[in-house]
Amino acid sequence: MVCESWKAKLETYLDGELPEEEMRSFDVHVRNCPSCSADALVGVQMKRAIRIAGKRFTPSAEFRKRMEKSLAPKRRRSFRLEWMAAAAAAVVLIAGALTSTYLGTRSGRDEVFSEIADLHVATLASSSPVDVISTDRHTVKPWFQGKIPFAFNLPELQNTEFTLLGGRMTYLEQTPGAHLIYDVRKHHISVFVLQERSLPASLNDSSLKPGKLSFNMETWSQGGLRYFVIGDASAADIDTLAKLFKAAS
Amino acid sequence: MPYFDSLYNFACWLTHDRHEAEDLVQETYARALKGFSSFQPGTNFRAWINRILRNTFLTSRTGLKATATVPLDLEDEEEALPADKETPASILLRRSDQQLLQHALEQLPIAYHEVLLLCEVEEMSYQEISAALALPMGTVMSRLSRARKALGAGLRLRVRKGMNHGL
Repeated sequence: MVCESWKAKLETYLDGELPEEEMRSFDVHVRNCPSCSADALVGVQMKRAIRIAGKRFTPSAEFRKRMEKSLAPKRRRSFRLEWMAAAAAAVVLIAGALTSTYLGTRSGRDEVFSEIADLHVATLASSSPVDVISTDRHTVKPWFQGKIPFAFNLPELQNTEFTLLGGRMTYLEQTPGAHLIYDVRKHHISVFVLQERSLPASLNDSSLKPGKLSFNMETWSQGGLRYFVIGDASAADIDTLAKLFKAAS
Repeated sequence: MPYFDSLYNFACWLTHDRHEAEDLVQETYARALKGFSSFQPGTNFRAWINRILRNTFLTSRTGLKATATVPLDLEDEEEALPADKETPASILLRRSDQQLLQHALEQLPIAYHEVLLLCEVEEMSYQEISAALALPMGTVMSRLSRARKALGAGLRLRVRKGMNHGL
């Protein structure tokens, strides 16, 4: 397929609405086409900016209170009507609460995964992806001292295909963390290390496709820290690097 | 109250007035309670209640006025957007100001900013948007694409004319 055909579908791809098979082919194409990957990056930034700008208005506490009061069943109705109104209100509230709890948990979790994917893409697109450039873990680890409020271990990479490229500070949910970049067969993998308590409680240990852009990702919690390993490398490579980190911690 | 915050945000974008938005949200919940029998269990509750809010707005005085001045169906309009090398995202990155984007969003016709808000802010699927706006999926897709183009053109225009409120 020529590039123009991909570009015509870019918005649908970024909205995560292409059929699964086509999403996968698009992933492969975006990884190998600088022009489409640049357009995808612009699209992601734009979607993110609209999302932030669009969440603009919040109801006042006074209005919330007034609404809660007005939705409560009225006393002066007959017993039968009161029960019917209460039952209808309860069904609306329960239906909404169930879906919003589910969506809320999912969207809180998805938001973190999508932020992680955004951080990974934005860093790799930057002209200076790392602030400490070194393949030596004994140089990179001390660099974070005093910059982030916790310590963590980096794995030994001898006899593996992974190379440490360097690290930088990152921020997620207004909390500082470490962002390390590794290379495996020309694929870049990001490892994020953050304090577990600064993140939503709904994150489960899993390997998954974050958000609507399908990188491979693994996340787990260990010693009060939350680790994310993400990249366009194969799921097996992501898993191997994750295991190296788990063993080092 | 399910979706209270997001319904209020959507109502403010539609009405451009906090008091009217409060009335709209209140009326939406009242209609939802009254017409709950029309909600089919197993279908999408969020799309259903958003649809009530939108229909309530469209029949309000502000809604009628807004749709009388701007056509709701923009699908047949010819594109006449100026070509520009600067992308909307590059403008935003350079300016790094949410106000610029908020003003550009405000200036969009209702048909455009409602579809953008449901897609980007509420993160609804095309199917959910289709249910909330009572539009075929194909129209949702083409309207989203046009809305994004119009937003980009609006951003460029504001930058070019220096009308971006203090920027």
